[in-house]
Amino acid sequence: MKELILVLVGAALVNNVVLSQFLGLCPFLGVSKQVKTAASMGLAVIFVITIASACASLIYSFILVPTGLEFLQTIVFILVIAALVQLVEMFLKKNSQGLYEALGVYLPLITTNCAVLGVALTNVQKEYDFVTSVVNGLGTAIGFTISIVLLAGIRERIAHNNIIKPFQGAPIVLLTAALMAIAFFGFSGLI
Amino acid sequence: MNKYIERIYNGVAKENPTFVLMLGMCPTLAVTTSAINGLGMGVSTMVVLICSNLIISILRNIIPEKVRIPAYIVIVASLVTVVQLLMQAYVTTLYDALGIYIPLIVVNCIILGRAESFASKNPPVLSAFDGIGMGIGFTIALTCIGLFRELIGAGTAFGIKIMPAAYEPVSIFILAPGAFLVLSLIIAFLNAMHIHTEANKKVEKGCSGHCGSCSSDCDKREEEIEEEEKEVVETKKEKKAAAKKLVKPAAKKSASAKKPIKKVEE
Repeated sequence: MKELILVLVGAALVNNVVLSQFLGLCPFLGVSKQVKTAASMGLAVIFVITIASACASLIYSFILVPTGLEFLQTIVFILVIAALVQLVEMFLKKNSQGLYEALGVYLPLITTNCAVLGVALTNVQKEYDFVTSVVNGLGTAIGFTISIVLLAGIRERIAHNNIIKPFQGAPIVLLTAALMAIAFFGFSGLI
Repeated sequence: MNKYIERIYNGVAKENPTFVLMLGMCPTLAVTTSAINGLGMGVSTMVVLICSNLIISILRNIIPEKVRIPAYIVIVASLVTVVQLLMQAYVTTLYDALGIYIPLIVVNCIILGRAESFASKNPPVLSAFDGIGMGIGFTIALTCIGLFRELIGAGTAFGIKIMPAAYEPVSIFILAPGAFLVLSLIIAFLNAMHIHTEANKKVEKGCSGHCGSCSSDCDKREEEIEEEEKEVVETKKEKKAAAKKLVKPAAKKSASAKKPIKKVEE
């Protein structure tokens, strides 16, 4: 149990997926204009990454390892993730209209998000078992949500400020991300 | 011959994937801690890009329109696996340094983006040259960023000590925050020089996953989302009127029509 909590905290704060591993930067910069949309995106990411890391872990340990096809992991994972997101979307559309309306728009955007594949590959690389993989996926996604919501909050404030011309737009957002990365660096002493 | 050289010029300068199109940001920021890592990442991406452009261009009339994105992904993933195994065998130190970012070349926006917007519409040799141009542009950009970060953050270039002994390295530049800082300064510089980049559009427009091939579909996507929202509202109204049966096929149609575009994102 203690180990699982360490994995969770490590994935969410210490090795934050966006700010220290640079995965999923596109949605991080693209959907962080408002806190509300950022939070929805974060929820969708939590949903998808947790399910995807569970599936990838099962497929790896029960199909790829027994048949000696570990080197196919990249191909298999990317296809499984792409198919899975479609499946989740269809399932939600049919069975849970409320959840679909909240997450629906964001689900297709995550299909081949590098964070999803990144988590699946990290789980294999670090030889996590099934439960640890799921916890690691959950932690990573929570880390993503934390950072995107924080960035959205800061950007909402920045929108009212006067910024010198060359820094308007992307540079000030990246600068904010840099400061956030420095702040998150402080967590590295945590574990 | 001229159009081949034009493709290379286009990739290196006019549509540089990193500085102008702002594609493949994840590897750009993650592996540029030193010049040699940037170079290695650039070259391996270039190899995959050239081969994938070539193969996709050869198969462009065979792959059915509807399943083209999954087909591209399989081709790219196979090539990445080949490159990964080769690197593991011959350049182990670089392989260890780049780690997880080598398999992640699969989801690099540049590759799918070029496949979708160029290789699927042009003959094989021209597509291969487009891959060479884009690859060189990406490699130059990554090496430059890596060199800059390494020089300031560690006082070395390609592992050789450059700065005088009195120079105290600003090590934050080779750590994670330095990547954001350097990219931010580069874009600010380009803005100040009035060089057009896609960066601001990417951040401002809020069309998430605004990557590569999706860039052209961005407006389409927004329309689609709006349409779908309308449809949902209509569906609710009609449900109240108890006309469920008529709506269902329409909803299904829109779902199947949307499929190919969805998979392109990031």
